[in-house]
Amino acid sequence: MATTRTLYDKVWDSHVVAHDPGAPSVLYIDLHLVHEVTSPQAFQGLRDRGIGVRRPDRTMATMDHSIPTRNQALPIIDPIAAKQVEQLRINCGEFGIPLADLGDESQGIVHVIGPELGLTRPGITIVCGDSHTSTHGAFGALAFGIGTTEVEHVLATQCLLQDRSRTCEVRFDGLPARGVVAKDLILALIAEIGIGGGTGHVFEYTGEAIRALSMEGRMTVCNMSIEGGARAGMIAPDDTTYEYLAGKPTSPSGAEWDAALSRWKRLPSDDGAEYDRTVRVDAASLEPMITWGTNPGMGVPITQPVPEPNGRSGVRKALDYMQLEPGKPLLGQPVDVVFVGSCTNSRISDLRQAANMLKGRKVNSGVRMLVVPGSERIRAQAESEGLSEVFRMAGADWREAGCSMCIAMNGDQLDNGQYCVSTSNRNFEGRQGKGGRTFLASPLTAAATAIEGAVADPRRYL
Amino acid sequence: MQPVKAFRGKVVPLRISDIDTDQIIPARFLKTIEKLGLGENLFNDWRYLPDGTPNPEFVLNQPRARGASILLAGDNFGCGSSREHAPWALLGFGLRAVISTSFADIFRNNCLKNGLLPIIVDVDTHQELFEWTEADPDFAVTVDLEAQAVEFLDGRTAAFPIDGFSKQCLLEGGDQLSYIQQRMDAITAYERVSANALDTLA
Repeated sequence: MATTRTLYDKVWDSHVVAHDPGAPSVLYIDLHLVHEVTSPQAFQGLRDRGIGVRRPDRTMATMDHSIPTRNQALPIIDPIAAKQVEQLRINCGEFGIPLADLGDESQGIVHVIGPELGLTRPGITIVCGDSHTSTHGAFGALAFGIGTTEVEHVLATQCLLQDRSRTCEVRFDGLPARGVVAKDLILALIAEIGIGGGTGHVFEYTGEAIRALSMEGRMTVCNMSIEGGARAGMIAPDDTTYEYLAGKPTSPSGAEWDAALSRWKRLPSDDGAEYDRTVRVDAASLEPMITWGTNPGMGVPITQPVPEPNGRSGVRKALDYMQLEPGKPLLGQPVDVVFVGSCTNSRISDLRQAANMLKGRKVNSGVRMLVVPGSERIRAQAESEGLSEVFRMAGADWREAGCSMCIAMNGDQLDNGQYCVSTSNRNFEGRQGKGGRTFLASPLTAAATAIEGAVADPRRYL
Repeated sequence: MQPVKAFRGKVVPLRISDIDTDQIIPARFLKTIEKLGLGENLFNDWRYLPDGTPNPEFVLNQPRARGASILLAGDNFGCGSSREHAPWALLGFGLRAVISTSFADIFRNNCLKNGLLPIIVDVDTHQELFEWTEADPDFAVTVDLEAQAVEFLDGRTAAFPIDGFSKQCLLEGGDQLSYIQQRMDAITAYERVSANALDTLA
């Protein structure tokens, strides 16, 4: 074992249960998050084998993808979605797994509720059948998405077969300028390295700009690690982390808290620890970012032009789909919809940023703005702070918690050909509805765009 | 999972890079609680016109795709969402292998657990394969997992990498869950000393 180790090395090493030569390691999973879309076939697999869930006490389920974001107290109209949601209830009941059901105060997007409940902690391993599990790395956890077969493995054994990843330090030097937020940092990184740039690696985000972020900003950054090809992204815990965790519903207290804290403080990468790669981003020189194409790597600073294809078939194909002219900035491009939500940007600070900008202003009459809180707790908090009222007064549609228009499984979706500025994480063709066209950006840029009815630079409103 | 044996198959080319799993199987088809039946919606939004009829320009709707078992795709295939419905849909269509220069990590894992072979070739071989496949609708290759090689008609071969564990599992049709289950004593022992007590809402 190396004498100096990275954060990733430390978490990995402490979770290897067994390792046979020539085989992947058997890695222990501390927390398994489950949702309705990627789990039914795994539970059926358990039934077929006649086995149970090994550690229901380390498993937590909720429904978020298929569910409507209004009238959640009423039966779900879509019969296929209703069946899937009901199946999760049956599975959790049969296998003894705690479920944050619709109507429960803890329900919400799976990557929002884990941290909110205090389940997401430094130094633990977390998996979920969802690629944005990388979100939880913001706490110094090793957290990554898995497929449904692996969901079955973890349900059955609380373990997963895994090969050690390579490590990549992503260093954000300097502090970003006003109007440049966590979403812009991660979009800038992905624009730089491309969507396959981190394949085979786990990112560790370091540097002054990362240290200055709130936990919510750090979650936004780690959330989109997968959009850079990395299965996981991690940030070493510090006082910001500990302050966030103190007093959360399931956080330890008293002597247990002190013991946990002393373990957590040993997690940051040792001085001189080596990464397989290092990428540097000058955070101080960044502008608000926006994507113009059909993957998250197709992004530019908001004042910069959409690129010319110059023989690149991928760029031409993306411009065709997006029906955009190369060579000019997106500023002023009319949009039909603005979406604020998703596991990337649906937390209270995201909603505050958008609401502050919309206060006393109106959503442009040509725009439909949808604001979807990440969890029921956030919905309640936003309502008590008056944010929901700001959104309603501005003419935005305020909803109940769920994934909503990020994945468009629940009826919240774009129509064919519509343009949308979205705070979500993916601008793939049809992601927000068949034929829909997505520009990914921060909550600030989304709010400014909602006001103008066209892609707008948020710095004008700060 | 059935053991993966050497097979000869027709190749269909899809010369697009960075194909994400939302294209392979759009999210609205993920409301199913089954693994089967996803093949008809493979590449749904490229494959069907707005009125629901097959798009004749899409390669999977062309006569050459009938009976094809190998997809030749652009770089970085399978990026994005972790949905295992993507390999289920590819298998459901009748595909048994995908050839590219690179695969996204989660997709690649999901393929290996379902007996769909993710075959990585170098850039030159990739390019040649596209040229040959696009020129000849009946172009076929032999995939030999045991030898870790794709064999062309002229006798040439291209080697491909795969980790030894996955290879063995695929060749034997082995079950990775039972491998973990055989280490249950180690898992129990680990749990006794693990410091990461968690108190979920159980």
